[in-house]
Amino acid sequence: MFIKEYFGGIFKAIKSLLTGMKLTGYYFTHLNKIVTEEYPDNRATLKMPERFRGEVIMPHDENNEHTCTGCQACELACPNGTIKIITKQEVQADGKKKKRIDAFVYHLDMCTMCNLCIDACPSDAIIMGQNFEHSQYERKYMKKVLNKPGSRLKDGVE
Amino acid sequence: MLFEPDHYNEEGEFVVNMGPQHPSTHGVLRLKVWLDGETIKKVEPHLGYIHRSIEKMTESLSYRQFIYVTSRMDYLSAHINNQVCALVVEKALQVEVPARAQAIRVILAELTRISSHLLWFASIGLDLGGVTPFFYAFREREAINSLMDENCGARLTQNFMVPGGIMKDVLPNFQQRVKEVLKQFKDNYHEYDEILTGNVIFQNRLKGVGILTKEDAIAFGCTGPTARASGLNCDIRKLYPYDGYEKLQFDEITSTGGDCWARYEVRMAEMKQSVKIIEQLIDNIPEGEIVGNTKKVIKLPKGEFYQRVETARGELGVYIVSDGGTTPYRCKYRSPNFANLSAIPHIARGHKIGDLISIMATIDLIIPDIDR
Repeated sequence: MFIKEYFGGIFKAIKSLLTGMKLTGYYFTHLNKIVTEEYPDNRATLKMPERFRGEVIMPHDENNEHTCTGCQACELACPNGTIKIITKQEVQADGKKKKRIDAFVYHLDMCTMCNLCIDACPSDAIIMGQNFEHSQYERKYMKKVLNKPGSRLKDGVE
Repeated sequence: MLFEPDHYNEEGEFVVNMGPQHPSTHGVLRLKVWLDGETIKKVEPHLGYIHRSIEKMTESLSYRQFIYVTSRMDYLSAHINNQVCALVVEKALQVEVPARAQAIRVILAELTRISSHLLWFASIGLDLGGVTPFFYAFREREAINSLMDENCGARLTQNFMVPGGIMKDVLPNFQQRVKEVLKQFKDNYHEYDEILTGNVIFQNRLKGVGILTKEDAIAFGCTGPTARASGLNCDIRKLYPYDGYEKLQFDEITSTGGDCWARYEVRMAEMKQSVKIIEQLIDNIPEGEIVGNTKKVIKLPKGEFYQRVETARGELGVYIVSDGGTTPYRCKYRSPNFANLSAIPHIARGHKIGDLISIMATIDLIIPDIDR
C-alpha cells in the first residue's frame, strides 16, 4: 500500500511537470505567438495612445499664438505645485492694459500626470503630450517654460 | 539587531531580518524572524519604510485633488482606491452618479481586480520558485494595461474618477476592446491551471500551510480573499453594495480551508467572477451623462463620512471629518493590507521559514498600502 502511494505520487508529480512543460514547449515552437515588444528598437513605429499622459504641453498655432489667458485655474487645480504662472501687464492696441502670461513654468519633476490641470483649463490652452522619455542628467532641465518665446494670446480668447 | 553581539539571543534563537530589501516581500517590508533551527518562533513586522503621510497630505488637498494620491496606496487596485474617494464625496454631497458613469466605473474596477489578481498569480509563482508562470500572467495583464492606457491615459495610476462620475467618456471602441481582452483572458485561463495549479510541487508548498481559522480572521480584522478563504462572508460588494453592484449577478467565493491553497483557489475563482460581472455590463452600458451635478469648488457639509469598497485585497474604508471647508479636517484610510499583515505573525508560528514565503505570497501584501 505504501509502495503504491509512493510511486503513485511520483508519477503524478512527473505527469504534472510534463503538462507544464508541454505548454512551455508549445510556445517555444510557436514563434508567431510571442507578444513581447522590443521597446528601444521599435521607437520609430511606437505610437502612444491619444489620451496617454506623458507631459503637459501648450500647443501653438502657425502664428505662434496660444490660448492661455493666465487665469491660473491650472495652478490652483494642481495638487503638487507643479505649475507656476508669471503674468505681466501688456498694453493693447487700444491703449488699455491687460493681463497676459509672461512665463508658464512647468516643473516636470513634480508632475504626477493626474490630468487635473487639463480638466480645469477653461480655454483648452494646455493638453497632455505623448512623449514619455523624460530622463535628464540634471534637475534644472526638468523645469520648462511652456509658452514659446515671442508667442502671444490668440485674438478673441478671453 | 544592531546592538546584539551575535545573532543568537539568550534562548538560543537565531534572529534574522527578512527585508526591507527582499525579493519575496514585493516592497520594503521588514520582518524580524526568531528561528529555532528552521522553525519560526516569532515574527515581528517592522513598518514605516515607505510611509509618505498620505493621510496628512490629504488635509491640505481639496476634494478634487485628494483622489489622485490614493492611486499610490494600493497601486495595483488604483481604480478602486480612486473610486472610494469619489464615492465618499458623492455620499456627503448626496450627488446622484449617472448610470453610464456607474457602469463604466464597475467595468474598470473589475478589470483592475483581474489585473491585480493576475499580478498576484505571476508573483506567487516567482516567490515559490517558478519563473515561467510570470510571463503567462503578464501577457493578459499587458492587454488590460493597454486598455487602461487608451481610455484613462495611464497604465497603473489612472486617476480616472472625479466626484460625481468619471473624468472623460470612454472611447467608441471601448466595448469591442474589453471583449477582446476578456476573450484573450478566457482563452488562456486553462494555461494557468496547466502550468501552476496542477503542479504537485506547488500544491505541496501551499496545502495545509498557514491555516487561518474563521475566528482568527475576524479577530485580526482580515478582509478580502484572505478572509473569504477562511469561510468569512465579507465581500463589501454583496454586503454594502455601491455603484450598482446590487443589480449584478455574481457569486461570493468562499472556501473553508483557511490555508494557503484555499487562498489561492479563492483568488483564481474571483477572476472568473469579475469576468462574469463585466460580461453582464459591457453590452448594456446606458447612454447619458458621465458626470453628476457637482460644483467646481467642492465643499463638504460639516460632519463625518465613511465609505467602504472591496479592493482586490479586501475592504478599503475612507473616513473623512469635514469642518465645512474645501479641504478635509481629518482623513483616515482603513487599508486591507494592514489588517491582513497582522495575521502573519499568528499563522506563521511553528512553520518552517520557507512556508513564510508561501504565507506572504498568498496573503498578497502591497507594502505602500500598509504604510500609506
